[in-house]
Amino acid sequence: MTRRRERTLLEGAAHWWRERVTAVALIPLTLWFFASIIAHSASDYSAVIAWLRMPSSTLMMVLLLAALFYHTALGLQIIIDDYVHSARKVPALIIMRLGCLALAVAGTFAVLRIAIRG
Amino acid sequence: MRGSMEEKYGPTSPNIQIYRPQLTSVLSIANRISGVVASVGGVALVLWLLAAAAGPDTYAFALWLLSSLLGQIGLLIFMFAFFLHLCGGIRHLIWDAGYGFALSTIYASGWVVVAASVVLTGAAWIAGLFAAS
Repeated sequence: MTRRRERTLLEGAAHWWRERVTAVALIPLTLWFFASIIAHSASDYSAVIAWLRMPSSTLMMVLLLAALFYHTALGLQIIIDDYVHSARKVPALIIMRLGCLALAVAGTFAVLRIAIRG
Repeated sequence: MRGSMEEKYGPTSPNIQIYRPQLTSVLSIANRISGVVASVGGVALVLWLLAAAAGPDTYAFALWLLSSLLGQIGLLIFMFAFFLHLCGGIRHLIWDAGYGFALSTIYASGWVVVAASVVLTGAAWIAGLFAAS
């Protein structure tokens, strides 16, 4: 086995595991989010902020954002690997990863700003 | 075959357009498509959080967008894509654990995924309507 191929196999296994770990984490996190959001369907702005400010909500929300956009980046990477073969592949991967990172950071920033400032 | 196309790039997939669509193949590609659609829902989630952090006026605008016809259709599509991806993902995790590979079980679990996604989306939507009223 060539060294290049060996490295590809190891990366593939790590990718596979990260996809599963984030998937398992996302089951309770997303169900918590949907249950909470449904419970707050009738809530006004101040009630939604009060809910998001609770330490447990802030923590769950940050964990949700981290797991969600990590899982998204892993999934979209497979799709780019499968369908983008030209010189566009590397730029596509870079843009996709930066996009996922930006979304996770922006979401976390918003949640922390609400938690600290109200 | 050193230096061949396969050695360099790995094996190529069959041309799927020559096969008749089956529950198994349709759910396979549906898991991928629903993942992409749910990602767009993730963008909406972040925009909603940013609107909430920006203040009551921006939040009111975000809620107005979400309650518009286009917003409601988008929300329904995101929710169905999410539940389809969730149920399909759990099916994959069960396979990863080594269970459910009999052909009859694969078809049964496939229909469970379809039914559960529809029921969960409907239940979440109705629960939201009840909570809002």
